[in-house]
Amino acid sequence: MPEMNTSSLPDLIFTILFFFMMVTTMREVTLKVKFEKPIGTQLEKLARKSCTSFIYIGQPTDALRGQFGSAHRIQLNDKYAEAPEIYDYVMEDRSELAESDKPFYTVSLKVDHHTPMGIITDVKQVLRKAYALKIVYSANKKQD
Amino acid sequence: MGKKRKMPGLNTSSTADISFMLLIFFLVTTSMDTDQGLARTLPKPPEDDQLNNEIKIKERNILNIRINKDNYVMIGDDYASLADIKERAKEFIKNEENRPNLPELKPKKIKGLGKTMMVTENHVISVQTDRGTDYGVYFAVQDALVTAYNELRDELAKAEFGFKYEFLTDDQQKAIREVYPQKISEAEPKKYGGQQ
Repeated sequence: MPEMNTSSLPDLIFTILFFFMMVTTMREVTLKVKFEKPIGTQLEKLARKSCTSFIYIGQPTDALRGQFGSAHRIQLNDKYAEAPEIYDYVMEDRSELAESDKPFYTVSLKVDHHTPMGIITDVKQVLRKAYALKIVYSANKKQD
Repeated sequence: MGKKRKMPGLNTSSTADISFMLLIFFLVTTSMDTDQGLARTLPKPPEDDQLNNEIKIKERNILNIRINKDNYVMIGDDYASLADIKERAKEFIKNEENRPNLPELKPKKIKGLGKTMMVTENHVISVQTDRGTDYGVYFAVQDALVTAYNELRDELAKAEFGFKYEFLTDDQQKAIREVYPQKISEAEPKKYGGQQ
Protein backbone atom coordinates (compact mmCIF):
# COMPACT_ATOMS: atom_id res chain seq x y z
CA MET A 1 0.00 0.00 0.00
CA PRO A 2 1.47 3.37 -0.91
CA GLU A 3 2.14 5.62 2.05
CA MET A 4 0.03 8.70 2.44
CA ASN A 5 1.89 11.91 1.78
CA THR A 6 2.02 13.73 5.10
CA SER A 7 4.36 16.50 4.07
CA SER A 8 1.62 19.12 4.30
CA LEU A 9 0.58 18.10 7.77
CA PRO A 10 2.98 20.51 9.55
CA ASP A 11 1.68 23.39 7.44
CA LEU A 12 -1.82 22.49 8.38
CA ILE A 13 -1.05 22.39 12.08
CA PHE A 14 0.88 25.65 11.84
CA THR A 15 -2.15 27.30 10.31
CA ILE A 16 -4.31 26.18 13.20
CA LEU A 17 -1.61 27.35 15.58
CA PHE A 18 -1.51 30.83 14.08
CA PHE A 19 -5.27 31.01 14.13
CA PHE A 20 -5.33 30.30 17.84
CA MET A 21 -2.52 32.71 18.51
CA MET A 22 -4.50 35.45 16.88
CA VAL A 23 -7.92 34.91 18.37
CA THR A 24 -6.82 34.26 21.90
CA THR A 25 -5.06 36.36 24.43
CA MET A 26 -2.49 35.26 26.93
CA ARG A 27 -3.82 34.65 30.36
CA GLU A 28 -1.93 37.38 32.11
CA VAL A 29 -2.59 36.98 35.76
CA THR A 30 -2.99 34.16 38.16
CA LEU A 31 -6.17 34.76 40.03
CA LYS A 32 -5.80 35.18 43.73
CA VAL A 33 -9.44 35.88 44.35
CA LYS A 34 -12.46 33.72 43.76
CA PHE A 35 -15.29 35.34 41.98
CA GLU A 36 -18.55 34.29 40.54
CA LYS A 37 -19.70 36.96 38.18
CA PRO A 38 -23.29 38.19 38.35
CA ILE A 39 -25.69 37.02 35.69
CA GLY A 40 -27.21 39.50 33.29
CA THR A 41 -29.35 39.55 30.20
CA GLN A 42 -28.45 42.80 28.44
CA LEU A 43 -24.73 42.34 28.04
CA GLU A 44 -22.48 43.85 25.45
CA LYS A 45 -19.24 42.35 24.24
CA LEU A 46 -16.06 44.12 25.18
CA ALA A 47 -14.90 45.90 22.07
CA ARG A 48 -11.14 46.04 22.41
CA LYS A 49 -9.41 43.78 24.78
CA SER A 50 -6.04 45.41 24.23
CA CYS A 51 -7.30 48.70 25.64
CA THR A 52 -8.72 47.17 28.77
CA SER A 53 -7.44 46.84 32.29
CA PHE A 54 -8.95 44.36 34.66
CA ILE A 55 -9.71 44.76 38.32
CA TYR A 56 -10.66 41.63 40.20
CA ILE A 57 -12.59 41.74 43.46
CA GLY A 58 -13.56 38.75 45.51
CA GLN A 59 -12.64 36.55 48.42
CA PRO A 60 -9.13 35.08 48.53
CA THR A 61 -8.89 31.65 46.97
CA ASP A 62 -9.11 28.62 49.23
CA ALA A 63 -5.34 28.16 49.29
CA LEU A 64 -4.76 31.73 50.45
CA ARG A 65 -7.74 31.84 52.80
CA GLY A 66 -5.67 30.94 55.86
CA GLN A 67 -3.16 33.68 55.23
CA PHE A 68 -5.42 36.52 54.19
CA GLY A 69 -8.78 35.74 55.77
CA SER A 70 -12.06 35.76 53.96
CA ALA A 71 -12.74 39.48 53.56
CA HIS A 72 -13.23 40.60 49.96
CA ARG A 73 -10.02 41.87 48.39
CA ILE A 74 -9.05 43.78 45.30
CA GLN A 75 -6.53 42.18 42.96
CA LEU A 76 -4.43 44.18 40.50
CA ASN A 77 -2.01 42.28 38.30
CA ASP A 78 -0.65 39.54 40.52
CA LYS A 79 -1.15 40.91 43.97
CA TYR A 80 -3.71 42.18 46.41
CA ALA A 81 -4.11 45.92 46.55
CA GLU A 82 -6.05 48.62 48.31
CA ALA A 83 -8.40 50.96 46.49
CA PRO A 84 -6.03 53.99 46.31
CA GLU A 85 -3.41 51.90 44.49
CA ILE A 86 -5.77 51.61 41.55
CA TYR A 87 -4.90 55.17 40.61
CA ASP A 88 -1.28 54.31 39.80
CA TYR A 89 -2.30 51.05 38.17
CA VAL A 90 -4.69 52.80 35.80
CA MET A 91 -2.23 55.57 35.02
CA GLU A 92 0.51 53.07 34.20
CA ASP A 93 -1.71 50.86 32.08
CA ARG A 94 -3.09 53.76 30.13
CA SER A 95 0.34 55.32 29.49
CA GLU A 96 1.38 52.14 27.68
CA LEU A 97 -1.35 52.56 25.09
CA ALA A 98 -0.88 54.32 21.80
CA GLU A 99 -2.23 57.85 21.76
CA SER A 100 -4.99 56.89 19.34
CA ASP A 101 -6.18 54.09 21.62
CA LYS A 102 -6.39 56.18 24.77
CA PRO A 103 -9.99 57.33 24.29
CA PHE A 104 -11.04 53.69 24.19
CA TYR A 105 -9.37 52.84 27.45
CA THR A 106 -11.80 50.80 29.54
CA VAL A 107 -11.62 49.26 32.95
CA SER A 108 -13.38 45.96 33.36
CA LEU A 109 -14.57 45.17 36.86
CA LYS A 110 -14.67 41.45 37.47
CA VAL A 111 -16.43 41.32 40.76
CA ASP A 112 -17.91 38.53 42.83
CA HIS A 113 -21.63 38.95 43.26
CA HIS A 114 -21.45 38.80 47.06
CA THR A 115 -19.05 41.72 47.33
CA PRO A 116 -20.37 44.58 49.46
CA MET A 117 -20.95 47.73 47.41
CA GLY A 118 -18.71 49.79 49.72
CA ILE A 119 -15.59 48.41 48.06
CA ILE A 120 -16.98 49.04 44.59
CA THR A 121 -17.97 52.60 45.46
CA ASP A 122 -14.41 53.24 46.66
CA VAL A 123 -13.01 51.75 43.46
CA LYS A 124 -15.30 53.88 41.31
CA GLN A 125 -14.29 57.05 43.13
CA VAL A 126 -10.62 56.29 42.47
CA LEU A 127 -11.36 55.56 38.81
CA ARG A 128 -13.15 58.90 38.49
CA LYS A 129 -10.16 60.66 40.00
CA ALA A 130 -7.90 58.91 37.50
CA TYR A 131 -10.21 59.92 34.65
CA ALA A 132 -10.76 56.29 33.73
CA LEU A 133 -14.42 56.91 33.11
CA LYS A 134 -15.33 54.00 30.89
CA ILE A 135 -16.06 50.93 32.94
CA VAL A 136 -17.65 47.58 32.30
CA TYR A 137 -19.36 45.50 34.96
CA SER A 138 -18.26 42.10 33.79
CA ALA A 139 -20.95 39.43 33.90
CA ASN A 140 -22.06 36.12 32.52
CA LYS A 141 -24.89 35.78 30.12
CA LYS A 142 -28.02 34.16 31.45
CA GLN A 143 -28.44 30.69 30.02
CA ASP A 144 -31.95 29.94 28.92
CA MET B 1 32.13 14.39 -12.08
CA GLY B 2 29.20 15.21 -14.26
CA LYS B 3 27.08 12.92 -12.18
CA LYS B 4 24.36 14.80 -10.34
CA ARG B 5 24.17 13.83 -6.73
CA LYS B 6 20.76 13.87 -5.27
CA MET B 7 20.56 15.78 -2.01
CA PRO B 8 19.01 13.56 0.64
CA GLY B 9 15.77 15.06 1.90
CA LEU B 10 15.65 16.31 5.45
CA ASN B 11 13.49 14.11 7.58
CA THR B 12 10.54 16.34 8.44
CA SER B 13 8.24 13.76 9.90
CA SER B 14 8.60 15.24 13.37
CA THR B 15 7.67 18.79 12.37
CA ALA B 16 4.03 17.90 12.74
CA ASP B 17 4.64 16.70 16.28
CA ILE B 18 6.53 19.85 17.14
CA SER B 19 3.84 22.12 15.85
CA PHE B 20 1.21 20.03 17.62
CA MET B 21 3.09 20.64 20.85
CA LEU B 22 3.13 24.38 20.18
CA LEU B 23 -0.57 24.31 19.40
CA ILE B 24 -1.38 22.50 22.63
CA PHE B 25 0.84 24.89 24.59
CA PHE B 26 -1.08 27.87 23.23
CA LEU B 27 -4.41 26.25 23.85
CA VAL B 28 -3.51 25.75 27.47
CA THR B 29 -2.00 29.13 28.21
CA THR B 30 -4.52 31.32 26.45
CA SER B 31 -8.11 32.01 27.13
CA MET B 32 -10.72 32.54 24.53
CA ASP B 33 -13.42 33.83 26.83
CA THR B 34 -14.88 37.00 25.48
CA ASP B 35 -15.52 39.43 28.22
CA GLN B 36 -19.10 40.58 28.44
CA GLY B 37 -20.74 43.06 30.69
CA LEU B 38 -22.70 46.22 31.20
CA ALA B 39 -20.81 49.26 29.97
CA ARG B 40 -21.07 52.44 31.98
CA THR B 41 -19.51 55.87 31.86
CA LEU B 42 -18.57 57.45 35.14
CA PRO B 43 -19.04 61.19 35.62
CA LYS B 44 -15.97 63.39 35.65
CA PRO B 45 -14.47 64.05 39.05
CA PRO B 46 -15.78 67.26 40.63
CA GLU B 47 -13.52 70.28 40.22
CA ASP B 48 -12.56 72.08 43.38
CA ASP B 49 -14.61 75.17 42.69
CA GLN B 50 -17.65 73.08 41.89
CA LEU B 51 -17.73 71.21 45.14
CA ASN B 52 -20.48 73.26 46.67
CA ASN B 53 -22.45 73.64 43.49
CA GLU B 54 -24.67 70.64 43.72
CA ILE B 55 -26.43 69.84 40.55
CA LYS B 56 -30.08 70.59 41.03
CA ILE B 57 -32.57 68.37 39.31
CA LYS B 58 -36.30 68.75 39.64
CA GLU B 59 -37.77 66.13 41.87
CA ARG B 60 -40.15 64.81 39.25
CA ASN B 61 -37.22 64.08 36.96
CA ILE B 62 -35.47 61.69 39.34
CA LEU B 63 -36.32 58.09 39.87
CA ASN B 64 -34.64 57.08 43.09
CA ILE B 65 -33.93 53.42 43.51
CA ARG B 66 -32.45 52.55 46.86
CA ILE B 67 -31.07 49.24 48.03
CA ASN B 68 -30.34 48.75 51.71
CA LYS B 69 -27.81 46.51 53.36
CA ASP B 70 -30.31 43.67 53.58
CA ASN B 71 -30.81 43.88 49.82
CA TYR B 72 -34.34 45.28 49.96
CA VAL B 73 -35.12 47.46 46.99
CA MET B 74 -37.12 50.66 47.18
CA ILE B 75 -38.39 52.69 44.26
CA GLY B 76 -39.25 56.18 45.40
CA ASP B 77 -41.04 55.57 48.68
CA ASP B 78 -42.23 52.00 48.35
CA TYR B 79 -40.64 48.62 48.51
CA ALA B 80 -40.40 46.81 45.23
CA SER B 81 -39.25 43.49 43.92
CA LEU B 82 -36.66 43.14 41.21
CA ALA B 83 -39.40 42.27 38.76
CA ASP B 84 -41.19 45.59 39.38
CA ILE B 85 -38.18 47.69 38.53
CA LYS B 86 -38.37 47.18 34.80
CA GLU B 87 -42.04 48.19 34.56
CA ARG B 88 -41.63 51.17 36.86
CA ALA B 89 -38.57 52.33 34.95
CA LYS B 90 -40.36 52.04 31.61
CA GLU B 91 -43.32 53.98 32.93
CA PHE B 92 -40.96 56.61 34.29
CA ILE B 93 -38.85 57.00 31.15
CA LYS B 94 -41.82 57.12 28.83
CA ASN B 95 -44.38 59.12 30.85
CA GLU B 96 -46.93 58.39 28.18
CA GLU B 97 -49.84 60.13 29.87
CA ASN B 98 -47.82 63.18 30.86
CA ARG B 99 -48.47 62.74 34.55
CA PRO B 100 -47.20 65.49 36.83
CA ASN B 101 -45.22 63.15 39.07
CA LEU B 102 -43.27 61.67 36.19
CA PRO B 103 -40.51 63.49 34.27
CA GLU B 104 -41.46 66.47 32.16
CA LEU B 105 -41.96 65.95 28.46
CA LYS B 106 -40.26 68.35 26.12
CA PRO B 107 -40.67 68.56 22.38
CA LYS B 108 -37.49 67.55 20.62
CA LYS B 109 -36.82 67.52 16.92
CA ILE B 110 -35.38 64.17 15.95
CA LYS B 111 -33.58 64.44 12.63
CA GLY B 112 -33.42 60.72 11.96
CA LEU B 113 -37.20 60.38 12.27
CA GLY B 114 -38.00 63.67 10.55
CA LYS B 115 -40.45 64.76 13.20
CA THR B 116 -40.76 66.26 16.59
CA MET B 117 -41.37 63.97 19.52
CA MET B 118 -42.17 64.49 23.16
CA VAL B 119 -39.14 63.29 25.08
CA THR B 120 -38.41 63.06 28.79
CA GLU B 121 -35.04 64.50 28.11
CA ASN B 122 -34.00 65.46 31.62
CA HIS B 123 -34.88 62.30 33.46
CA VAL B 124 -32.30 60.64 35.65
CA ILE B 125 -32.42 57.24 37.25
CA SER B 126 -30.30 57.14 40.34
CA VAL B 127 -29.37 53.93 42.10
CA GLN B 128 -28.25 54.40 45.67
CA THR B 129 -26.78 51.61 47.71
CA ASP B 130 -25.61 51.01 51.22
CA ARG B 131 -21.99 50.03 51.73
CA GLY B 132 -23.21 46.58 52.70
CA THR B 133 -25.42 45.95 49.69
CA ASP B 134 -24.54 42.88 47.66
CA TYR B 135 -23.02 43.69 44.30
CA GLY B 136 -25.18 40.98 42.75
CA VAL B 137 -28.36 42.82 43.67
CA TYR B 138 -26.98 46.13 42.46
CA PHE B 139 -26.07 44.46 39.20
CA ALA B 140 -29.51 42.89 38.85
CA VAL B 141 -31.08 46.34 39.27
CA GLN B 142 -28.74 47.82 36.67
CA ASP B 143 -29.56 44.97 34.33
CA ALA B 144 -33.29 45.54 34.82
CA LEU B 145 -32.87 49.22 34.00
CA VAL B 146 -30.98 48.46 30.81
CA THR B 147 -33.71 45.97 29.93
CA ALA B 148 -36.27 48.73 30.35
CA TYR B 149 -34.36 51.03 27.99
CA ASN B 150 -33.79 48.28 25.46
CA GLU B 151 -37.46 47.31 25.41
CA LEU B 152 -38.54 50.90 24.91
CA ARG B 153 -36.02 51.30 22.11
CA ASP B 154 -37.19 48.08 20.51
CA GLU B 155 -40.81 49.20 20.67
CA LEU B 156 -40.04 52.52 19.05
CA ALA B 157 -37.75 50.96 16.47
CA LYS B 158 -40.46 48.50 15.49
CA ALA B 159 -43.05 51.27 15.24
CA GLU B 160 -40.83 53.56 13.18
CA PHE B 161 -38.74 51.24 11.07
CA GLY B 162 -40.33 47.83 11.44
CA PHE B 163 -37.22 46.20 12.85
CA LYS B 164 -35.75 45.67 16.26
CA TYR B 165 -33.22 48.22 17.46
CA GLU B 166 -30.21 46.00 16.93
CA PHE B 167 -30.98 45.51 13.22
CA LEU B 168 -31.15 49.22 12.40
CA THR B 169 -28.47 51.25 10.69
CA ASP B 170 -26.24 53.49 12.77
CA ASP B 171 -28.19 56.63 11.89
CA GLN B 172 -31.49 55.03 12.77
CA GLN B 173 -30.11 53.77 16.04
CA LYS B 174 -28.88 57.25 16.82
CA ALA B 175 -32.35 58.67 16.22
CA ILE B 176 -33.87 56.10 18.57
CA ARG B 177 -31.24 56.83 21.17
CA GLU B 178 -32.15 60.51 21.01
CA VAL B 179 -35.71 59.68 21.98
CA TYR B 180 -34.68 57.36 24.78
CA PRO B 181 -31.27 58.44 26.02
CA GLN B 182 -29.90 56.13 28.67
CA LYS B 183 -29.49 58.15 31.81
CA ILE B 184 -28.49 56.06 34.75
CA SER B 185 -26.60 58.06 37.31
CA GLU B 186 -23.31 56.53 38.33
CA ALA B 187 -22.32 59.42 40.51
CA GLU B 188 -21.92 59.41 44.21
CA PRO B 189 -25.57 59.08 45.09
CA LYS B 190 -25.64 61.81 47.71
CA LYS B 191 -25.00 64.48 45.09
CA TYR B 192 -28.24 63.70 43.33
CA GLY B 193 -30.21 62.70 46.41
CA GLY B 194 -33.65 63.99 47.10
CA GLN B 195 -32.69 65.75 50.28
CA GLN B 196 -32.64 69.30 49.00
